[in-house]
Amino acid sequence: MKIAIASGKGGTGKTTLSTNLASFLAETHQVVLTDLDVEEPNSGLFIKADLVHEEDKFKMVPEWAADECILCGNCQKVCNFHAVIQLGEMIMVFPELCHGCYACSELCPTSSLPMIPKKMGGLKHFQKGNLSFIESRLDIGEEQAVPLIAQTISYVEEHFSNEVIRIFDSPPGTSCPVIEATKDADFIILVTEPTPFGLHDLKLAVETMRELKKDLGVVVNRYGIGNDDVLQYCKEEQIAVLAKIPNSRRIAEIYSQGHLIYKEIPEVMVELENITSYIQSLKEKSLS
Amino acid sequence: MKIAFTTKGTDWDSAMDPRFGRTEYFLIYDDDKDELSHYDNRDSANDAHGAGPKTAQKLFEFKPDILITGNGPGGNAATVLQKTGVKIFIGAGDITVKEAYEAFKSSSLKEF
Repeated sequence: MKIAIASGKGGTGKTTLSTNLASFLAETHQVVLTDLDVEEPNSGLFIKADLVHEEDKFKMVPEWAADECILCGNCQKVCNFHAVIQLGEMIMVFPELCHGCYACSELCPTSSLPMIPKKMGGLKHFQKGNLSFIESRLDIGEEQAVPLIAQTISYVEEHFSNEVIRIFDSPPGTSCPVIEATKDADFIILVTEPTPFGLHDLKLAVETMRELKKDLGVVVNRYGIGNDDVLQYCKEEQIAVLAKIPNSRRIAEIYSQGHLIYKEIPEVMVELENITSYIQSLKEKSLS
Repeated sequence: MKIAFTTKGTDWDSAMDPRFGRTEYFLIYDDDKDELSHYDNRDSANDAHGAGPKTAQKLFEFKPDILITGNGPGGNAATVLQKTGVKIFIGAGDITVKEAYEAFKSSSLKEF
């Protein structure tokens, strides 16, 4: 079972839910939590586990070899991202803009743009009891999150069997990194807050996930602030509201100390149980 | 000498565009021939990434000696412009093209 925890709006509580749900499930199941918000991973602040493996991650980018180049300009023409620029008798490559599509390299008539590996970040694998935690982090200055997200998902696929529950803490928004992080998930949990901003961005996220034909449910965080428009919207759209995590100063205090909230707030534990039983019922439905 | 301006229009009274990569137009003034020409760069609004190097590459084809702009180019664009050898003057983002040209002639613009 692959569950991606996403949101339209940032700061709604994706990481809070991911870390608490993963730890809660790990009390009874094998779980791997993966932080795919590689531009600013922060699940690690809440997961105290032992580092078992670490590796550098590379993406393939073109490098200009001047010798055979006939300056036809094909490379510049085929690059949709302006990562290859012809300047007079020189070809310039901007590795940070490169999406690693190989077009310039493959379509170069003189093979003057061989692809070479460039370090873009690193992956860390932690373990504590039933819980595995994978965190990838993009290097400073790198602009492309997608290649690292894709490689991180591959790492999880290679190292964990299908029985292990996979939880993916996704980046916010609705752009390419989110698509990459959610496209293979069996179920999407969208975390929102009951405010006009929360609702606006939730709608964008729901539309995106429907485009991807994903099953989804909503968790309302900081329930009690704002208004009931989010609940009304979910009702109209027939979207299951899996849980409501109350707005509480105590939760904020526990969170800001880097602790898991469900261990200290029984209400939150109940909400996590609700989410778990909903997911369990989905799983049984898909098997039957 | 050819002088390029980042602008929001196509004549001397147009406002300067403070941006480099996503400037709406650039104007090229050839002071030897007293000729003013322009390039429409409004396509760059559709580029999610890489507008800077693309605009710099375009500008290179006009072979200007001087570039007068507002905020100054970003990192990638600056890398390209540096190779072209163009001299860049900044701080002319909120005035007209004519005023920017006068400011350049009186040496009151900052070199990038």
